[in-house]
Amino acid sequence: MIDFEYAAPTQLDEAIRLLAAAGDGTRILAGGTDIIVQLREGLRSADLVVDIKKISELTQLKLSGDKGLHLGASVSCRRIYDDQNIAASYPGLADAVRIIGGWQIQSRASVGGNLCNSSPAADAIPPLIAYSATAHIAGPGGKRMVPVEEFCTAPGHNILQQGELLVALTLPPQPSNAGSAYQRFIPRNEMDIAVAGAASWVQLDQSGERIEQARIALSAVAPTPVFAVDASEWLKGQVVSEEVFAEAGELAKRVASPIDDMRGTAEYRTHLVGVLTKRTLATACQRARK
Amino acid sequence: MKTHVTTTINGATVEFLCQPRQSLLAVLRDELSLTGCKEGCNNGNCGACTVMLDGLPVDSCLVLAVEAEGAEIETVEGIAEQGHLHPLQQCFLEGAALQCGICTPGFLVTAKALLEKNPQPSEQEIRFGLAGNLCRCTGYDKIVRAVQAASQASPES
Ligand SMILES: Cc1cc2nc3c(=O)[nH]c(=O)nc-3n(C[C@@H](O)[C@@H](O)[C@H](O)COP(=O)(O)OP(=O)(O)OC[C@H]3O[C@@H](n4cnc5c(N)ncnc54)[C@H](O)[C@@H]3O)c2cc1C
Ligand code: FES
Ligand code: FES
Repeated sequence: MIDFEYAAPTQLDEAIRLLAAAGDGTRILAGGTDIIVQLREGLRSADLVVDIKKISELTQLKLSGDKGLHLGASVSCRRIYDDQNIAASYPGLADAVRIIGGWQIQSRASVGGNLCNSSPAADAIPPLIAYSATAHIAGPGGKRMVPVEEFCTAPGHNILQQGELLVALTLPPQPSNAGSAYQRFIPRNEMDIAVAGAASWVQLDQSGERIEQARIALSAVAPTPVFAVDASEWLKGQVVSEEVFAEAGELAKRVASPIDDMRGTAEYRTHLVGVLTKRTLATACQRARK
Repeated sequence: MKTHVTTTINGATVEFLCQPRQSLLAVLRDELSLTGCKEGCNNGNCGACTVMLDGLPVDSCLVLAVEAEGAEIETVEGIAEQGHLHPLQQCFLEGAALQCGICTPGFLVTAKALLEKNPQPSEQEIRFGLAGNLCRCTGYDKIVRAVQAASQASPES
C-alpha cells in the first residue's frame, strides 16, 4: 500500500474541516472492509485517511417508538443484529447484516460504509430502500437529507460531494402490522456476493389479509440498487396471496437491467428477481402478521 | 512519518511505531514477532489473520495498526494459559483438525469467541460462526467436530 497520513477526529465539525481542507486524495475510513482492500489493491489512492469511528454522532444506534431507528454511519453490522429489539423491529435489515461476510467482517463493516461504497450488489442497501430510510449528510455547506433510493448513482459512485460525509441513516418507526425481509441468491451458503437480491417491506390492514403499502428494492440487477416502484405501487390494496406475490415479482423484473458476468447471466438474474421478490413478500407478510 | 501506538496485547501493555498504511497483521507479525496470526489472502476472505479486537473477532489484515491505539487485542498466543493448552487447542490436536496448519490460529481465535458467546453451539451454528475462516486441507468436518468436542469438554467456557 502507498503511504498516507491518518487522522481520527472525535468531533463532527473537526472531521468536516479536515475533509474540506484536504484535497480529493482524502478517504473516509469506517470499518475498512472495502476501503483497506481498495487502497491495498491500488483501486483507490489516498493522501489522508480520516477514521470516523471516534465521532460519537456516527457511532450512535438508537431505537425509539416515535422516531424509529437512528443508525450512526459507522455502526457495525454486528451491533445491529446483536440488539434483539432492533433485529426484531427491523427484520429485513437484520437479514442483510447477518449475511454480509463472516463474523470477522460483521465486527467491523458498517451499513453506512456499505451504502457509501455504493456497490450494485450491496446487501444492506435494498432493505434501507424498502424501509424508506433517509441518509443524513453533513459537509462544508451544511446538512442535507436524501432518500436512500436517490443516494447511489453508478457502480461505486453516489451523490456525496467533495468534503461531505454520511452522518446517519434514519428508518421510520414500524407499526405492528408491518413486516420485511431480505434474501439474496449466492451459489454458496455464506461469504459470497449476491447474484441477485430482493428486499420487501409491507404494511397490512387490520385483518392482515390485505396489503396497504409495500416497497420492494433489488440488488445486483442494475448499475445501482433499485427501488421497484411499479411493483410496489401495484401491491397497494392487493389481497395477501401467492398469486399476488408472483405478479409483483413479474412487475419487479421490469426494473432489472442486469449484466452477464461470471456470477450469472442477465436472463438468470432476471428470473431470480421474480423468485426472490415472491419469497421475500411471503416472509414479510408472515412477519407482519405476528 | 511513523506513529506511536499504545495498545494492550494478551493483557500486556505494548507500544510500537508504525506507518499508517501498515496493517495490524503486518505489525503483529513483523514488528512484534507475534507470528501466530497468518497472512492467507490479505483481503478479508480467509480469516487466517483473525485476532480479537476489543472483544470481537476481526481480520487483522483489514485493520490499520494505528487503529489499535487504546484497544485490547488478543491473539492466538494468548489462548493457552500458563503452559496449558486451551480445551479447543487440545481438541484440535486430538481430533487432527489440522493438516498444514496455516488456518488453525484463525480458527482457534474465532472458535474461542464463538464458545464464549454460545457455549453449546449446534453444528450449524458452528459452521455459520466459522464461515469467515477458510481451510484448504481438512474439509472442515474435523474442525467442526473439534469445536463440538471442546464445547462438551468445557461447558462453562
Ligand atoms: C471478505 C468480505 C466479504 C464481504 N461480503 C459482503 C457481502 O456478503 N455483502 C455485502 O454487501 N458486502 C460484503 N462485503 C463488503 C462489505 O463488508 C462492505 O461493503 C462494508 O459494509 C463497508 O463498510 P465499512 O464500514 O467496512 O466501510 P469502509 O471500507 O470503511 O468504507 C467503504 C466506503 O465508504 C466510504 N465511507 C465509509 N463511511 C462513510 C461515511 N460515513 N461518509 C462518507 N463515506 C464513507 C469510504 O471512504 C469507502 O469508500 C464483504 C467484504 C469482505 C472483505
Ligand atoms: S489474511 Fe486476513 S483474511 Fe485472509
Ligand atoms: S489445515 Fe491447511 S488450510 Fe486448514
